Amino acid sequence: MTFIELYALTLRELRKLVRSPFLLFMTMVQPLLWLGLFGKAFNLNGLVQIPPDLLSQLPPALSSQIGKMFNEMFAQLFGGTTDYFSYLASGMLAVIILFTSMQSGMGIVWDRRFGFLDKLLAAPVSRASIVGAKVIYSVLRGLLQAILVFLIALALGLTLGPGTTLVTILAAFAALLLLNVSLSSIFAAIAIKVKSWETQMAVMNLLNLPLMFASNTLFPIERMPDWLQAAAKFNPLTYANDAMRQLFFRADSLDLQVLSQDFAILVSFAVVFTLVGFVVAVKGLKK
Amino acid sequence: MAIVEARGLTKRFEDLTAVDHVSFSIEEGEIFGLLGPNGAGKTTTINMFTTLLTPTEGTAIVAGFDVTKKPNEVRRRIGLVPQDLTVDEDLTGRENMWLQSRLYGLRGSEVDEKISRLLDLVNLTDAADKRVEHYSGGMRKRLELVEGLINDPQVLFLDEPTLGLDVQTRSAIWSYIGDLRREKGITILLTTHYMEEADRLCDRVAIIDHGKIVALDTPSNLKASLGGDVIELEFTNGDGVSAKLESDPAILAVQREGLKFRVKAKNGDELLPRLMETLIGEGMRPSRVELVKPSLDQVYLEYTGKSLREEQGSSEEAWRFRRNVRSARA
Repeated sequence: MTFIELYALTLRELRKLVRSPFLLFMTMVQPLLWLGLFGKAFNLNGLVQIPPDLLSQLPPALSSQIGKMFNEMFAQLFGGTTDYFSYLASGMLAVIILFTSMQSGMGIVWDRRFGFLDKLLAAPVSRASIVGAKVIYSVLRGLLQAILVFLIALALGLTLGPGTTLVTILAAFAALLLLNVSLSSIFAAIAIKVKSWETQMAVMNLLNLPLMFASNTLFPIERMPDWLQAAAKFNPLTYANDAMRQLFFRADSLDLQVLSQDFAILVSFAVVFTLVGFVVAVKGLKK
Repeated sequence: MAIVEARGLTKRFEDLTAVDHVSFSIEEGEIFGLLGPNGAGKTTTINMFTTLLTPTEGTAIVAGFDVTKKPNEVRRRIGLVPQDLTVDEDLTGRENMWLQSRLYGLRGSEVDEKISRLLDLVNLTDAADKRVEHYSGGMRKRLELVEGLINDPQVLFLDEPTLGLDVQTRSAIWSYIGDLRREKGITILLTTHYMEEADRLCDRVAIIDHGKIVALDTPSNLKASLGGDVIELEFTNGDGVSAKLESDPAILAVQREGLKFRVKAKNGDELLPRLMETLIGEGMRPSRVELVKPSLDQVYLEYTGKSLREEQGSSEEAWRFRRNVRSARA
């Protein structure tokens, strides 16, 4: 694997991306729909709002106490924020990473379909560079899209907690980066293994919703049934979301032990998935 | 010295034997053609030589290296122009060439000059900085061809180099291929469905069917194996012609119909001038002469039992289908 090979192959992918920005937009449509429609429609806070006529019958001390109680309840469930939209928005950053890494796998399948992969394989280029460039591209594209979704979410009403600084935001994106590396490697390996685009599409459709639901992306896992909680514990999205939410919403009162545990698990996922992904992918390139 | 060699080369896919104990060798500087129906094993053979497939059995040696033991040494010394159009449509011609050069570990300003020179070789200088999606089929194929030359290969593998191209583009590609051999002494292995292509370009042709080589020789010898050429002669006065023709040792058979004679002979094109000279020298007056050469078409039919025209149709169809799928994606 040489730098020049990685550079040339990654540059090819980036040039393609810049020239068909439509692709970039397409991957972002779904998370943005989730965010804009689901996030806004699913007003969890609204569910527990006490109607004004009832509220007027309560003594002010009690009503403010109830309000405080609900706020604390939400803050506990939602990792620090009291508003579901902000909770969901941070989850969507992980989802855009998930979708992008699956989508990048599709690029590998097309390269095989159109014979481009064969031409690469007939060149004296290291097989690891071929896989490596795909992973690097997927990571860069995922990060770019996560940044765009983050900015859009801010515009739509994502509220960051007190104590948020550029450093905590960068740390949150570092958690996303680790998730990105894990998912990009594993989906690159799957794409190389499955060979046909039909199978790749099936794999994508099979995995995207379960990975999204069996995690704290849309809903806190503490209120899920046990079996689903167990599944969510093996999902890297859970740890990325948890780390991100701590950094986005509770930057002023970080529990460094929990945070470093999240990061340690994310690093482990990244190392294991990258190693396994590379071994499977490089082997899959040989016929 | 043989620069490409197959010894008992075999590839099995589950229960299908795509290439079945194939042995042949190609000399340096030779243009060698693999001719055969669809699914005969032509592309599988090329894929083994270019390290894309591992042989199930047998050995393949390219430029002195075994393809399974030293694949990277082989890759460095060969160029491949695949059947599919594999140039990247979203990049320009020059960017495609640049990428290819980096894959072969080439860099520096002399590489940029080489890229310009190669693009110029196939008349793509004006289109070099346009995106390939705006190229015609012929332009893409020309770009594909020079991509295969970026590393100055000793052996160039061309899989159906002119499939699906119009007649004019096809003959332009042929002249580029001919120039390559003349100017750079590159050894070329090509597969083709086009008889004219094999006949015009190849020094030797192997006809492959069901994974086996059924005939291998120069195009003219292959044609001669059908029984030779026919020379048709007409005379205003046929007296003594029969005796004269029959006494020539190069002539295999003579048929007479009035003043018309059908002479069967090997290498009729060499015989004809000599024959004319002796006949005219002895005072005989031919009024019409025609040389009928057997075509490779007939040779192909003889060995594979299939007509080439059908073959051309079906693989052009397959090729168009792939192109359509490709544009549907965008």
